[in-house]
Amino acid sequence: MSDGANGSAEIALRVENLSKNFGGVKAVGDVSVTVPKGLIYAIIGPNGAGKTTLLNMISGFYAPDQGSIHLGNEDITRLNPANRATKGIARTFQNIALFNGLTVLDNLMMGRHVHMKAGVLASFLYWGKAQREEVEHRRRVEEIIDFLKLSDLRREPTGALAYGLRKRVELGRALAVEPSLLLLDEPMAGMNQEEKEDMVRYVLDVNGEFGTTIVLIEHDMGVIMDISDRIAVLDQGSKIADGTPDEVRNNPQVIEAYLGSGH
Amino acid sequence: MAELSTIIDYVRRNGSDAAYSGRPAIREKSLGIWETFDWKAFDENVESFAMGLASLGFARDDKLSVLGNNRPKLYWAQLSAMALGGQSVPVYHDSIATELTFVLSHAETKIIVAEDQEQVDKILSIRGDLPNLQWLIYCDPRGLTVYDEDFLLRYEDVVEKGRAFAGQNAGHYENSVSSLTASDIALIAYTSGTTGQPKGVMLSHANIIKTSEIFIQNEDLRADDDFLAYLPLAWVGDSVYNLCVSVMVGCATNCPESPETLMHDLRELGPTGILAPPRVWDGMISNLQVRAADAGGLKRWIYQAFREVAEAVELARQEGRPVAGGLKLKHAIGEWLLYGPVRDQLGLRRARWCLTGGAPLGPDAFRFFRGFGINLKQVYGATEVSGLVSLQPDDQANPDTVGLACNGIDLKVDAETSEVMVRSPGVFVGYYKEAEKTAEVLREDGWFHTGDAGLMDDRGHLVIIDRAKDVGKMADGSAFAPQFVELKLKFSPYIGEAVAFGDGRPFVSAMVAIDFDVVGNWADKANLPYTNYVDLSQKPEVRQLVAEEIRRINNSLPESTRIKRFLLLNKDFDADDDEVTRTRKIRRAFVTEKYAPVVNALYGGDREVDMKIDVTFEDGTKSQIDSHLIVEDAA
Repeated sequence: MSDGANGSAEIALRVENLSKNFGGVKAVGDVSVTVPKGLIYAIIGPNGAGKTTLLNMISGFYAPDQGSIHLGNEDITRLNPANRATKGIARTFQNIALFNGLTVLDNLMMGRHVHMKAGVLASFLYWGKAQREEVEHRRRVEEIIDFLKLSDLRREPTGALAYGLRKRVELGRALAVEPSLLLLDEPMAGMNQEEKEDMVRYVLDVNGEFGTTIVLIEHDMGVIMDISDRIAVLDQGSKIADGTPDEVRNNPQVIEAYLGSGH
Repeated sequence: MAELSTIIDYVRRNGSDAAYSGRPAIREKSLGIWETFDWKAFDENVESFAMGLASLGFARDDKLSVLGNNRPKLYWAQLSAMALGGQSVPVYHDSIATELTFVLSHAETKIIVAEDQEQVDKILSIRGDLPNLQWLIYCDPRGLTVYDEDFLLRYEDVVEKGRAFAGQNAGHYENSVSSLTASDIALIAYTSGTTGQPKGVMLSHANIIKTSEIFIQNEDLRADDDFLAYLPLAWVGDSVYNLCVSVMVGCATNCPESPETLMHDLRELGPTGILAPPRVWDGMISNLQVRAADAGGLKRWIYQAFREVAEAVELARQEGRPVAGGLKLKHAIGEWLLYGPVRDQLGLRRARWCLTGGAPLGPDAFRFFRGFGINLKQVYGATEVSGLVSLQPDDQANPDTVGLACNGIDLKVDAETSEVMVRSPGVFVGYYKEAEKTAEVLREDGWFHTGDAGLMDDRGHLVIIDRAKDVGKMADGSAFAPQFVELKLKFSPYIGEAVAFGDGRPFVSAMVAIDFDVVGNWADKANLPYTNYVDLSQKPEVRQLVAEEIRRINNSLPESTRIKRFLLLNKDFDADDDEVTRTRKIRRAFVTEKYAPVVNALYGGDREVDMKIDVTFEDGTKSQIDSHLIVEDAA
């Protein structure tokens, strides 16, 4: 975590002058963000500040009107989401997007899809390379199940799980991609205190054990200040601050954006 | 083969004798797959870790403690210690730090083998109080790679050190194993201690082997049997079955993936025999009831109807009445529709014997399982007699007794004090560093005084009434055995734990802790909103529900022991609060003192009690909850 804090560290993600308009409404305007490798990087801001739009552009759900996105040294601005996934970007959604009828195990196996190389016919026959591949993927998925303590739920359909657990399964599916960059859209939203603490633990563990760079949007300021290495603050589509939690906490512009003028 | 006199001799036989060496010895479910080690691998693992221990300076009469869930490495570590002439001192891994400190420092444990980071952290937090501790070895490295304590070692690294050590000290293992004798102490099992501090029960190889022989003979164990190893490592039964019985017979021990997956794993494995404390059996029934209640109309009807058939048949069998033809037919249909599938669901389809012990199991629960074709029987034992005293024969199982003394075990009930006394090859060597306490319970003549009050019925079955010291007298002079009353209460699905009072009192009263899951489920159905245990337990509707249950239970109690008043506690009894032992036995004196205001209200006629209740969290921090409790009249 800490070794990336100095300026000379390798860059995981570089977003330059990114803009996005919906009709005449400016959602994100001219935002630049640089995320060093191995950090937990938070994007915060009031409702409608453009956080999710920014995340959607990074993951490829929206095409930016202007600007560029680099993953490492590679320009990925024009790649579609599937291609970005193969480059090592994985994400979770604000409103959980799992296959409710599938088991936890199958949902996680879905996450391995980007790594599956066998052809349709070989997979269908479960033969030769396809079989070896499946076994290997299953082992990776089982490691994630172990990591996220989901072993008792392996065979449960995700639709039957409690909200906090579904969030955890979604994180697991993102991990199954073996991402170098993990995007988390409000991973703790709607959780009770205990579930939040669990999730914080897992986010820190993912970062610590696998060295995964994490970009997250979150509303819980206590959590953000505790776990982030750096924070970018958006307000009305523009970046108004960028720095360590302490720097951001004391920034007058940030205080005003959150509390409104007159305070 | 030379004569086998120690557990290690058996391990070595299994590793080298072709009749055993290729057969499964231990399995562990890991990453969703049952991984198998055969006896050859088992033997090698014991030897290689023993060499690792030797390289760390572990020698004769040193103590090694294991801390964690049931894992092959923790079993090997225990045997490795024994192979070097040392003792295994398994400890309860869910203990809080202060309890661990007592046992580990009293036993002078030199090396601890811990399962994972959680257990390592626990030991690190009490490191300063363990002057004898030299090495802390861990199995699962997750999260531990950044720790830099120099006495902390990875299991694999210890094995590696052992390899180098064995190279330089050829014959060390051989010499060490051949110098062992049957009378060497193999295990020091600390009793859970319903009174006072835990005591270290020293058991020799001979104690454990002879007791295992008796058990093997009684239940006809075979080399193709499968055990599920899920009970705490620190409990003597686990050591006897998974370190000795399985090794002697050459059958397989199976370690579940995690405590949470236990029921899945049980079903997947289908063990050929299982031993479980009453709370596991009660849990299975509660779980079945909830699932039956949630099932569709037809399934629910089948469950209800055939459950009653099963109970009627079992009742007739127990009372020795013939089963009527119509009922027999219904039972046969039920076997096909309900009993077989339920046995399969529970993972008990292959189980030839199912034992319950440690505490009494309610008669209804007992009848339920037997009615469903599950060979559930009572077993009675104590740590001081290597875990086994009496067992029920298959055709004489009933909920009231704990069975006949096993072959080779002498059993008698003291005529004056009603105390149960045992003399067997399994009777322990003594309490570790407690000669005086040993002399109190183990006399010159070899009889061990169990401290349980009992009687012999006309068939020679032993009946346990209560702890000898707990049996009291009510104000009118009639005998009062609190456990008897509590047992009746606890069989209500809604009641999780109960403590009954009556000694020296004019009537019986009880403190009740609800079963949160079952009552919660009931509340959901009744559209009763609640937030947590405290809230749910203090709802007037819940109080009414429990009052109804108690009235029903009172009908089955003798007039003098009927419960007149009761109170619902706003927290469950917790071993972390010292209210129950790790094996969930009530620590009566402590509870009576802690809840003195409640007891006063129960007998003082007050309707309400205000008190502060101490709670301890798992990390050892303490807090108090302000409580306002209501006393209810039941009769």
